[in-house]
Amino acid sequence: MNFAEIRRALGVALWFVFLTFPLMVIRVDSIESTIEWRWMNMLWVAVGSFALSLLTSWYFRRREAAVGKVSDKPPLAVRLRTWTADPARRLPLFGALAAFAIVFPFLFSSYQTNIMTTALMYVVLGLGLNIVVGLAGLLDLGYVAFYAVGAYSYALLNTHFGLGFWTVLPIGAALAALFGILLGFPVLRLRGDYLAIVTLAFGEIIRLVLENWNDFSQGPSGISNIERPALFGIELTLNQSITYLYFLMLLMVIITIFVVNRLQDSRIGRAWLALREDDIACQAMGIDKTKTKLTAFALGATWAGMVGVIFAAKTTFINPASFTFLESAIILAIVVLGGMGSILGVIIGAFILILLPEYLRALADYRMLAFGAILVTMMIFRPQGIIANVRRTYQFTRKDA
Amino acid sequence: MQQSNTAILEVKGLSMAFGGIQALNQLDLKVHGGEIVALIGPNGAGKTTFFNCVTGIYTPTAGDVLLTPPGQKTTRLNGLKPNVIAKRGMARTFQNIRLFQNMTVLENVMIGRHCRTSSFILGAIFRPPHTRREEQEIVDHSYAILEKVGLADVVNDFSKNLSYGQQRRLEIARALATEPSLLLLDEPAAGMNPQETQELDKLIRRIRDEGHAVLLIEHDMKLVMNLSDRIYVMDYGRRIATGTPQEVSADPAVIKAYLGESDDA
Amino acid sequence: MDYFVELFFSGLTRGSIYALIALGYTMVYGIIGLINFAHGEIYMIGAFTSFVVASVLSIMGLPLLAIIVLAGLAAAIWASAYGYTIEKIAYKPLRNAPRLSPLISAIGMSIFLQNYVLLAQTSNFLPFPELIPDFEFLEPIAHIIGTTDIVILLTTAVSMIALLILIKFTRMGKAMRATAQDKTMARLVGINVDRVISNTFIVGSALAAIGGMLIASHVGQINFYIGFIAGIKAFTAAVLGGIGSIPGAVLGGFILGLTESFATGYVSSDYEDVFAFSLLVLILLFKPAGLLGKSSIEKV
Ligand SMILES: Nc1ncnc2c1ncn2[C@@H]1O[C@H](COP(=O)(O)OP(=O)(O)OP(=O)(O)O)[C@@H](O)[C@H]1O
Ligand SMILES: [Mg+2]
Repeated sequence: MNFAEIRRALGVALWFVFLTFPLMVIRVDSIESTIEWRWMNMLWVAVGSFALSLLTSWYFRRREAAVGKVSDKPPLAVRLRTWTADPARRLPLFGALAAFAIVFPFLFSSYQTNIMTTALMYVVLGLGLNIVVGLAGLLDLGYVAFYAVGAYSYALLNTHFGLGFWTVLPIGAALAALFGILLGFPVLRLRGDYLAIVTLAFGEIIRLVLENWNDFSQGPSGISNIERPALFGIELTLNQSITYLYFLMLLMVIITIFVVNRLQDSRIGRAWLALREDDIACQAMGIDKTKTKLTAFALGATWAGMVGVIFAAKTTFINPASFTFLESAIILAIVVLGGMGSILGVIIGAFILILLPEYLRALADYRMLAFGAILVTMMIFRPQGIIANVRRTYQFTRKDA
Repeated sequence: MQQSNTAILEVKGLSMAFGGIQALNQLDLKVHGGEIVALIGPNGAGKTTFFNCVTGIYTPTAGDVLLTPPGQKTTRLNGLKPNVIAKRGMARTFQNIRLFQNMTVLENVMIGRHCRTSSFILGAIFRPPHTRREEQEIVDHSYAILEKVGLADVVNDFSKNLSYGQQRRLEIARALATEPSLLLLDEPAAGMNPQETQELDKLIRRIRDEGHAVLLIEHDMKLVMNLSDRIYVMDYGRRIATGTPQEVSADPAVIKAYLGESDDA
Repeated sequence: MDYFVELFFSGLTRGSIYALIALGYTMVYGIIGLINFAHGEIYMIGAFTSFVVASVLSIMGLPLLAIIVLAGLAAAIWASAYGYTIEKIAYKPLRNAPRLSPLISAIGMSIFLQNYVLLAQTSNFLPFPELIPDFEFLEPIAHIIGTTDIVILLTTAVSMIALLILIKFTRMGKAMRATAQDKTMARLVGINVDRVISNTFIVGSALAAIGGMLIASHVGQINFYIGFIAGIKAFTAAVLGGIGSIPGAVLGGFILGLTESFATGYVSSDYEDVFAFSLLVLILLFKPAGLLGKSSIEKV
């Protein structure tokens, strides 16, 4: 830490004190005509920005020093992979994880189980969006629309026609995929940044329609008394049903990981990556851009649709307020924090972003503030996410041996 | 020389305009089977634009592009998408290298196999035996191409970490993986040292001998003169001369176009 | 007929506000090719700042005219400061990053600012003081166009003329135009590109803040969420006119304002936002270059 850095930090602190003065310090009660002066806030801003400025200076200094020196440590993901490759470690590790996951609902209260089920839902949503954003590089800001399609499919089909959870699960998935294709067909021609805005607009359109088309969706008051999933026709108590949903979600997570993992290492998965890297070269090498994008979009939507069905079954009540843009932003933050394209990263990202605010109640108010900050900070300091995606290596059979 | 009489590529009256700039003006060009043809001209003559129009990346304002892979029917390429054109048998490299930077060298070439393979979502998820076989074929074929271009010992590196010369060769390998009957190379020797250029010369001949016709844009005149069977010279979007290297280098119009150019022509 | 005229003027008023915000989008896009997602939030912060300052001053008992001028000034100054800071923190480090990175950063910034204002002020709607009194001489036409509308239209016109002068005739404006055309060339001829980018954010933010204050006094209430919707709509206006084109942004703003006004007036007011969003989707699909934008082919 040197003098110049401290002086700079002082300048930054002063600037932020000025910047935040009208909104952080003054609060007006216009009915009582009184002004509240919150000078303590000014102190917090000053101290906070001073510390942050020093911290970033230190970080950049360290990063500068590291330039040129080749680090002999491989990336975290590679180290993890080598570490777990050894069966002597792998079996106990996965065994312990599996055992913990299985006994979880019996060890903890149904409240805890419910929270964990929610976290698992976000894991699947994150992995689904990861196909679209992380692998194919399409910034979809309206992902929540497909989630809504799934949820409303179950809510409507169940309350109007009495269709059961297991019947609607594939229907919801298919409808979401269909929506993905219908939406994707026109918009996937657009450049990356326009695509982001159009998907955002589509997401909002769907929400607004749900809010205003009362005959169809019962508007803002939403749909209630949706059935919980049945287990071979057996009626479950509330607690049993919570445990049941937990295991259902756990199974879903495992299936999703398996499928996404296989997709990643396939002909179509490579095409997605290539598309993300350079779409012109990709087409020139014979890849059908529209078809490839559409597959990614529809597959991502399928997952959102399935989780949507489960969501409706879990809460037994849905309304349009659950499907705002912020929901899409949360899922995006999970993918960005964890590491675009990395399965393990997305899982960790979902647990951090969903469980942390649940357990640190004091933080809950700052949740969305933190999500915004995470998106910015990750882009600047660690765009690859916590766990960067690593590419696999291949085995060859040489013909000329 | 195993030159055949049918032209693999026949371009007639190709024109392209960007706003006011006429980048291509009524251009005619032919490439026959077994040929190495060079397309040369000063900077900004429209050579890269020609490649872009022929491969479907730009839509030309006028003209015809006909492709006749050996033993197949002639197709008119106008208005087809780049990926369809690649599948019909024409592949290219890019002047300002466009590799998939965050993919490995091998994966870059495997992308080239995409249009010759077919497994899809269900195949990817369930991996039935024929998909496994296809995957292994993709890997082996790609590896064989990398051996041919001399990149066998960097297969698992990220392509962004390769040297300039290696990146140019990887571009060629990726294009070869699509099994083109005609390969278009845009300044393959740019940024290479003399020794690398020598090797490139051999590589291009080998590619030709293995049955791919080659059309190349190049500023290195020594390479062009050694390698080409025929040369097309363009300036301001027009063809100003064509013929064997000897004929072209004696052509007064060519000398005039290159006069004052800093190139080693 | 009166109803039509009323809708027409209300459309013009809306449109002029959209135009003010759209200018910020279009200028930033023209210079660094980024959709500044947080721009709507700047507008919201402008509205809040003017609210806070106007309230404090009116409690202190200042005359109305002084309140209007000072509140407007404060809004412009602080919004510019926010715009400047956002660029430095969230976009500048990402100039050479892949295209999606600054966009994600901008989305993060937008969410951050919304929640910052929510936490620092309130999540409720705040009643915005009526700054502009009803002039008596306008009484005969008050049923078709209110005083506030007239003030909004006049202020917008003045701001736009000021912007036009700035861009056409000042050194800074020339530097901006040069940078928008070719950043490398601009740098070569000695233009400080970083400064130009900062200036662009400052000017765009000031315009948005003025828009924020005007709309707040027009609608009569504000909350932390107003920037999000207004942002998308102004972006729609910018795209409609051709993003990167300044006259395009103004034209787009008016077209959008009128469309919305007539659609809500004659079709249904429930779907107010849906009209704008649908218009956005339609333009991007059928004429992504916009009305006045030039379509260009990406160079390969
Ligand atoms: N996408 C585009 N938009 C506008 N103008 C373009 C575009 N692509 C090429 N041009 C213009 O067309 C002309 C020909 O360019 P081209 O890249 O084909 O030249 P070239 O012969 O490949 O030159 P070089 O030897 O430098 O590679 C140039 O004036 C260039 O500016
Ligand atoms: Mg060129």
